[in-house]
Amino acid sequence: MSIIIEISYLISSVLFIFGIKQLASPKTARKGNFLSAIGMFIAIVVTLLDQNVLTYEWIIIGFIVGAAAGSLMAFKVPMTGMPQMVGLLNGFGGGASMLVAISEYYKVVNFIQYSSDLQTDITIILSILIGAVTFTGSLIAFGKLQGLVTGKVVKYPMQHPLNLLLLLGVLAGGVYFVIDPSQIWLVLTIAAVSLVLGVLLVLPIGGADMPVAISLLNSYSGLAGSMTGFVLRNNELIIAGALVGASGIILTNIMCKAMNRSLMNVVLGGWESAGSVSVSASTEAPKGNVKSVDAEELAMLFDAASSVIIAPGYGMAVAQAQHAVRDLVNALEAKGKKVRFAIHPVAGRMPGHMNVLLAEAQVPYDKCFAMEDINDDFSNTDIALVIGANDVVNPVARHDKSSPIYGMPILNVDYAKTVVINKRSLNVGYAGIDNELFFYPNTLMYFGDAKDAITKLTHEIKNL
Amino acid sequence: MESTGILMLIYVFVLAIFVGFELITKVPPTLHTPLMSGSNAISGITIVGAILSAGLHEFTVSTILGLIAMIFATINVVGGYLVTDRMLKMFKKK
Repeated sequence: MSIIIEISYLISSVLFIFGIKQLASPKTARKGNFLSAIGMFIAIVVTLLDQNVLTYEWIIIGFIVGAAAGSLMAFKVPMTGMPQMVGLLNGFGGGASMLVAISEYYKVVNFIQYSSDLQTDITIILSILIGAVTFTGSLIAFGKLQGLVTGKVVKYPMQHPLNLLLLLGVLAGGVYFVIDPSQIWLVLTIAAVSLVLGVLLVLPIGGADMPVAISLLNSYSGLAGSMTGFVLRNNELIIAGALVGASGIILTNIMCKAMNRSLMNVVLGGWESAGSVSVSASTEAPKGNVKSVDAEELAMLFDAASSVIIAPGYGMAVAQAQHAVRDLVNALEAKGKKVRFAIHPVAGRMPGHMNVLLAEAQVPYDKCFAMEDINDDFSNTDIALVIGANDVVNPVARHDKSSPIYGMPILNVDYAKTVVINKRSLNVGYAGIDNELFFYPNTLMYFGDAKDAITKLTHEIKNL
Repeated sequence: MESTGILMLIYVFVLAIFVGFELITKVPPTLHTPLMSGSNAISGITIVGAILSAGLHEFTVSTILGLIAMIFATINVVGGYLVTDRMLKMFKKK
């Protein structure tokens, strides 16, 4: 029996790997997710057959409650709320790892004469630490994205020394536990301190940095799973956890690069210097002439153009303008224009978020290009249309060493013949700095709420 | 546990991380959000541990913790796969 269980876990692990492999293309991605789900199903069924599983009532109750809540969340969440959703799911995964580790400890303590087993002891502590930090950290991240907790950079006295102290405390407690594993209170204290640590670690991270935090917590949730695998000596948990851990780390790295920030800078709660710079910068920034344009003139400009690249930012999603933009694309294409989208890695609130928002508005995915694939094309493009984006198109990032976004890779919209910027006002973006692009000679400002403005523009283009 | 046992587990862990890196770097930025939610669902594999904890015969602290873990992990698994599918369904070519 146990050999069948082991082989089933192996098959299940292979299905996870195949599932992720098929995510390499949007064509096969859905099938890949399905394969991965089958892998999970096999793992669950096989575990139910395990000789140590004696009663099913609690399993069934837990499953029904969890499945109901999970599917409700999955169907209800709007695509703009995806970062919160993923954050919350990360949290539940981490929480489950923590609880399983504690439960495993109680099991060993209650049923067997506790034989000091170094491996189990160490991994129980690591599982609890990582799981607990993931759990409360994700809940705070969720709260920040959902607007329940302030999205600002929260500073508290002795922030770094306090966190370091708590972490060292947990590790010291862990070492003591390994020496004398019979102390239940020690396990519970470690869990409690780890939970507090999760809150304190994520609280200082600003709302704009949440894509990084969510990616990092994603990685933690995987590592927590792996550690639980070590506790249970289950290879599949170790493999699945490692895959997720790797995924989270890669995405974290991509996000940091896209913002030109080090991970340390994000985790330790950066951007506060950015805020103070902006105060002085906004007073002395050169205010040149801003040329604004109305829908009618703009429609004629578009009529004369042959190629258009749209650079969307999160502002577009906030204004619920995705469908209006899709209509604009259709109208332009009906007139034979080449229209593409340029997606900056941090255009949304999490990695790939903007692509999902555009996909929801039925923009075909082969029209959406990653920054590095399209950045060289701006120079031979007639119109670059910027909708609800600001910092990711600010040329200041290229040359102004004093700017907080200096060095951040940006979309080269200013290289296009004409840059059209749709914005409500000349207000600053997330980084709190002025955008010199607004004052460029080839820039036209098209003021107005994205949804109304784009709808009006589409209407004018159709009427030409 | 004998040292070869733990070593095998560490082997598996390290190799799986390499496999993960190889696989994930091939996922295009377009699919990074579904990748996150999908891999998130995979990390719900802790449900295996939750089942083992919640399925104990005697009702103990372990079982209670197992029950809560079961709820958490199931939300992670079911919510993760469903929401990923919901997103991937929308990705269409012209």
